[in-house]
Amino acid sequence: MRSRLRFLVPLAFFVGLVGLLGWGLTRDPSLVPSPLINKPVPKFKLPELKQPGNTFTSARLAQGHVALVNVWASWCVSCRAEHPMLLQIAHSGIVPIYGLDYKDTRKAALNWLDEFGDPYQTVAQDKSGKVGINWGVYGVPETYVVDGKGVIRYKQVGPITPKVWKDKMRPLIVRLKKGEPLARGETGTSG
Amino acid sequence: MKALAGSLLVALVMLFAVSAFAEPAQSGAGWHHFDNPAKEQRYQNLLGELRCLVCQDESLLDSNADLAADLRAQIFHMMKSGKSNAQIKQYLTNRYGDYVLFKPPLDYRTYALWFGPFALVLLGLVVLVWSIRHRSRERAADISDEERARIDELLRATERNDKQ
Repeated sequence: MRSRLRFLVPLAFFVGLVGLLGWGLTRDPSLVPSPLINKPVPKFKLPELKQPGNTFTSARLAQGHVALVNVWASWCVSCRAEHPMLLQIAHSGIVPIYGLDYKDTRKAALNWLDEFGDPYQTVAQDKSGKVGINWGVYGVPETYVVDGKGVIRYKQVGPITPKVWKDKMRPLIVRLKKGEPLARGETGTSG
Repeated sequence: MKALAGSLLVALVMLFAVSAFAEPAQSGAGWHHFDNPAKEQRYQNLLGELRCLVCQDESLLDSNADLAADLRAQIFHMMKSGKSNAQIKQYLTNRYGDYVLFKPPLDYRTYALWFGPFALVLLGLVVLVWSIRHRSRERAADISDEERARIDELLRATERNDKQ
């Protein structure tokens, strides 16, 4: 019995360690979990892309409806890949999409919307990228799900894929719209 | 041997070439500097402790990423307005999480990270000491009386041989 234990204990330890390391390998190190989940959106005041005379403020994200905030730029290749998905979401009418045009020129951004279609309710222009820093943006595209009270519930790093939309974002949005309590793990960061 | 010396030379040349390119990065566009050397040192040390989120193995001091340049500028302005290192780190972790710090903070979530290695070494030592003691006792007990008699006999025989 004793001699068997002498082998089993290190074996169990080893299997545990391998399990832990194996789990570590499945995690994406480039995905940085956002500390802003379940926090109110960072305040900002930016000019609108289409009418620079108008200002878009963060208060518009706390007016009782669930919204997506999509950070994008005309120079961003992955944004182009994501674009058809955004158009599809906008077309479905399930949730309004607000754009944050990140470190871009107005002309290039407007050209892009002309060429590929405009899924956005409004686009705010963050030319300096300062608002991006306040939102913890570290790459484009990034998309935030904001509830009716203006609280960030989910962050998608990288393009919204059909799978992420179907499995994570859409169910979350539907529940938020119904005002149902959220389960653990529904909020968070993924990519 | 000759080949080894050759490749060493190539490596050295490449190293110098790379460092020649790497050097002017800190004086390139978008770099701010403090005139006060102590402040400049503090600025650079702080940048060295912060991770660039785009190219994650690089610090804000090393990275050429666009975001790193923006954050360097932001930190420069914060330092200029009298913010402490702790305040600046708080500003960054509020936005990007602890991940932005190369040195993770010591709290309940990181106890395993900070103390885990020491705990493992301690555990290893305990197991080592335990098994050494255990093994020596076991061996002594394993020998039967007949074997002991035979050992004594052999020892005596060797002693006799040595004396001769």
